[in-house]
Amino acid sequence: MNYLNIFLNEVFKISLLLIPILVSVAIIVWFDRRVWGFVQKRKGPNVVGPFGLLQTLADALKYIFKEIIIPASANKIVFILAPIITMTLALSAWAVIPISEKLFVADINVGILYIFAISSLGVYGIIMGGWASNSKYPFLGAIRSAAQMVSYEVSIGIIIINVLLCVGSLNLKDIVLAQKNLWFVIPLFPMFIIFFISALAETNRPPFDLPEAEAELVAGYQTEYSGMMYAMFWLGEYANILLMCALGSILFLGGWLSPIDIYPFNIIPGPFWMILKILILFFMFALIKAIVPRYRYDQLMRLGWKVFLPFSLLYVVLTASFLIYFDLLPNTGIQ
Amino acid sequence: MKLNRIFKIIFLAEFIKAIIIAIGEIFKKKKTINYPFEKGKISPRFRGEHALRRYPNGEERCIACKLCEAVCPAQAITIESEERADGSRKTTRYDIDMLKCIYCGLCEESCPVDAIVQGPNFEFATETREELYYNKEKLLDNGDRWESVLAQNIKLDKPYR
Repeated sequence: MNYLNIFLNEVFKISLLLIPILVSVAIIVWFDRRVWGFVQKRKGPNVVGPFGLLQTLADALKYIFKEIIIPASANKIVFILAPIITMTLALSAWAVIPISEKLFVADINVGILYIFAISSLGVYGIIMGGWASNSKYPFLGAIRSAAQMVSYEVSIGIIIINVLLCVGSLNLKDIVLAQKNLWFVIPLFPMFIIFFISALAETNRPPFDLPEAEAELVAGYQTEYSGMMYAMFWLGEYANILLMCALGSILFLGGWLSPIDIYPFNIIPGPFWMILKILILFFMFALIKAIVPRYRYDQLMRLGWKVFLPFSLLYVVLTASFLIYFDLLPNTGIQ
Repeated sequence: MKLNRIFKIIFLAEFIKAIIIAIGEIFKKKKTINYPFEKGKISPRFRGEHALRRYPNGEERCIACKLCEAVCPAQAITIESEERADGSRKTTRYDIDMLKCIYCGLCEESCPVDAIVQGPNFEFATETREELYYNKEKLLDNGDRWESVLAQNIKLDKPYR
């Protein structure tokens, strides 16, 4: 009986997190299309619901009623498993993201490592989808995606080390609270920019959307998918983008902390600031999508390995030397 | 020169410029319209759905000269005619295959009595092919429905003919 109680309690907590995330993914898709349209002087989706807010819901409804086509030569089990894995991983990473000081599902001490592990696993969904389709374009897309995500994961990992050096903890709550006086975006500004660009590559967004480059690869690893399975890929992708925005705001923009700790600002509750920061970061994601052309594949690899990786390594050395020289290393209580 | 370029790359100058331009574009007036609710302006010369016009007394204009049938590059028009009791030659059959039609407007140009015209209507999609084989009845009906606009358009376009 006691176990059942705990189980139900956890399920309640999880659904309390998942439902808002799915709703916000729907809104973010609409927001993305709308910003994209606005930059191109179009109106964007504005018919379904107020300002077209229900557009994504209508799309989802369409996907549900569409037939799921499984190619005859596909490996059925892997083919079906791939979108499920993508979406599950994208959503499960959200478990440790603290929306405010008290709002989170799990408060684990290695939160950042957990997120990192989960988002690294995300590549499996894509490569499984590409391989199981048993067709050339999905396979090429999946291979590109795998190489791209692995490369940029490395530079993101090194960027995160910068932040961890300043915090002295892997707990996401501690990371936010360490920014009480100074957001890390100020001392680590170049790292923030590189993190942002790597996040674009990590989530397969333009200008790094090579896995689904429609001019060459039809739709990359999603080519053979249809109906709800395609929608799940799509949901997972946007949940991942949202996760990267949340991670960016936690690591660099002070999470739920208000920008200035004076009267009218510190009254506003934390989740508001968190959501605002996520939205601002996502706005940049959407804007970048509208303004940049796609990278060539060798350029993408060069940027990842020859520019971002050495630069962030250099910055780790700089940060560490600075912290030691001025004796600012955080007290971790391990000494 | 080269140093300048390196600085530009390191500080992402082009990207920042692009972002500023993009944000500026967001607040500019939109070039698109809410199509089904508001429609774009159409020239009086617009070549849309065909119509057969009548004289104000209700007599059909077409004299079955078959110039349109002859000029039609897609051979979409079929005309059959006979002499009526009052001695005038009129069509008994006037079919346009709207699927063959290329909307070039030559039939309208060739018509000596302004009988066959292409109106401003472009929203006549149907669910079956058969509905797009227009006969005389349908075309005359179109003419009756759009007459005021058609007459206005012909008047406006007269100086350029």
